[in-house]
Amino acid sequence: MMLCAVDPGQVLMAVALMTGAGLLLGAVIGLVARLFRVEGDSRVDLVTELLPGANCGGCGKAGCRDFAKSVVAGENPPGKCPVSTREQASAIALALGVEVGEVVPKKAVVRCSGTLFTSDRVAYYSGILKCSSAMLVGGGPKVCRYGCLGMGDCARKCPFGAIEIVNNLAVVHEELCVGCGSCAAVCPRGVIAIVPAASAVHVYCNSPEKGAEKRKVCRSACLGCGKCVRKDPEKFELTASLARVKYSAPEVPDAAEVEAVGCPTGALTTIGAHYQAIRKGGTEK
Amino acid sequence: MKYLELTVGAALVYNFVLSRFLGICPFLGVSKRLDTALGMSGAVIFVMTLASGATALVYRYLLRFTAGGAIYDLGFLQILLFILIIAALVQLIEIVLQKSSPKLYQALGIYLPLITTNCAVLGAATINAQSGRSVLDATIFGCFSGVGFALALLLFASLREKLELASPPKAMEGTPIALVTAGILAMAFSGFAGLC
Repeated sequence: MMLCAVDPGQVLMAVALMTGAGLLLGAVIGLVARLFRVEGDSRVDLVTELLPGANCGGCGKAGCRDFAKSVVAGENPPGKCPVSTREQASAIALALGVEVGEVVPKKAVVRCSGTLFTSDRVAYYSGILKCSSAMLVGGGPKVCRYGCLGMGDCARKCPFGAIEIVNNLAVVHEELCVGCGSCAAVCPRGVIAIVPAASAVHVYCNSPEKGAEKRKVCRSACLGCGKCVRKDPEKFELTASLARVKYSAPEVPDAAEVEAVGCPTGALTTIGAHYQAIRKGGTEK
Repeated sequence: MKYLELTVGAALVYNFVLSRFLGICPFLGVSKRLDTALGMSGAVIFVMTLASGATALVYRYLLRFTAGGAIYDLGFLQILLFILIIAALVQLIEIVLQKSSPKLYQALGIYLPLITTNCAVLGAATINAQSGRSVLDATIFGCFSGVGFALALLLFASLREKLELASPPKAMEGTPIALVTAGILAMAFSGFAGLC
């Protein structure tokens, strides 16, 4: 008995069948691809290649490819991508022969400094650890209706891992933040603002209530005393007991300015000093 | 009775995901959100129906034939040839869709390449070949297998969306709890056993 009973005809047929099928299918695909060819714009691929590929949606489009399409169509300037550096945007502009467009780097800032230790709570919340869920239960555990809930909806959403929760308060790491705004979109309290990155100084409070009312529930709130505005009305403004840095002003305040103002509660501070204070539990003056 | 087996049997009793355990990869991969699951389901039904028909045609008329008095049985080429045909078919569908129906392409486009080498599609083709079904029966079987896959995927996706809100122990978060859920879902589907 033969060990290997292979019919040479069968082998030949198998080889012929596979070769034939391969050739035929290849030819059909080639033919159909030619018949049904869609004239894609090669520039879209080029621009997509040059974009950071973060797909963060910060430009307002559904991902980088969608943005590339709008850039090629001339609807958006390349500079509108918040993640691209100036060089990357220029490279795209050069490739397409268009203007770079205005590039104002932006950063997110969580305008609250009420940590677990410096702000009061109405009740103990032990439900699902999400700001959106906590909001459903009587508006959240914090007495202040405007402050950060600190359950990290923003931190989970951030595609760049730039938000840290320290002592029950969200803090943005500005070296990682690109200002895409995904965090601001998910924050149920609207505490997060997207501001020009040029300013290293912010007022870390979001409550428009009266100073005395805020003081009762949070030791680090802006009292609305107006000290900063009196010091430099060009750079600060006061609306309804809440001071703000004038981000649109030609000059933004720096660390020396903060020193000179001497905010009584420490709500007006630099990004670095704010982070250090929060790490220690929060400012309490 | 035959058609009961081809329809209800394929979709529920011998569900591809939950009782044959084929196509687990997309079952876990695209079930995080209901809208992606919907897109994938549509693409799977579409491809499975066409692929089952095409492979049944090939199996019947190309793999077993007589030429010059000799009978050639090339059944051993089944998997090789089926993969080739499914891949080519998906490629063709993609090209044609892109041109003729950009809307449908937008909806299914990114899922089509995922299905090319999906074991559920190949599984449907080989099961058809094993049972020696006719081309029509095979196509019906493929279609309803796709429907079964879609049903499992959509059920699972909606469960996972709910699961997002639960707070399981740290070690169970994400895929582990999803796999446990899939197991329980499979057990529930075993209740259909013996229906036909």
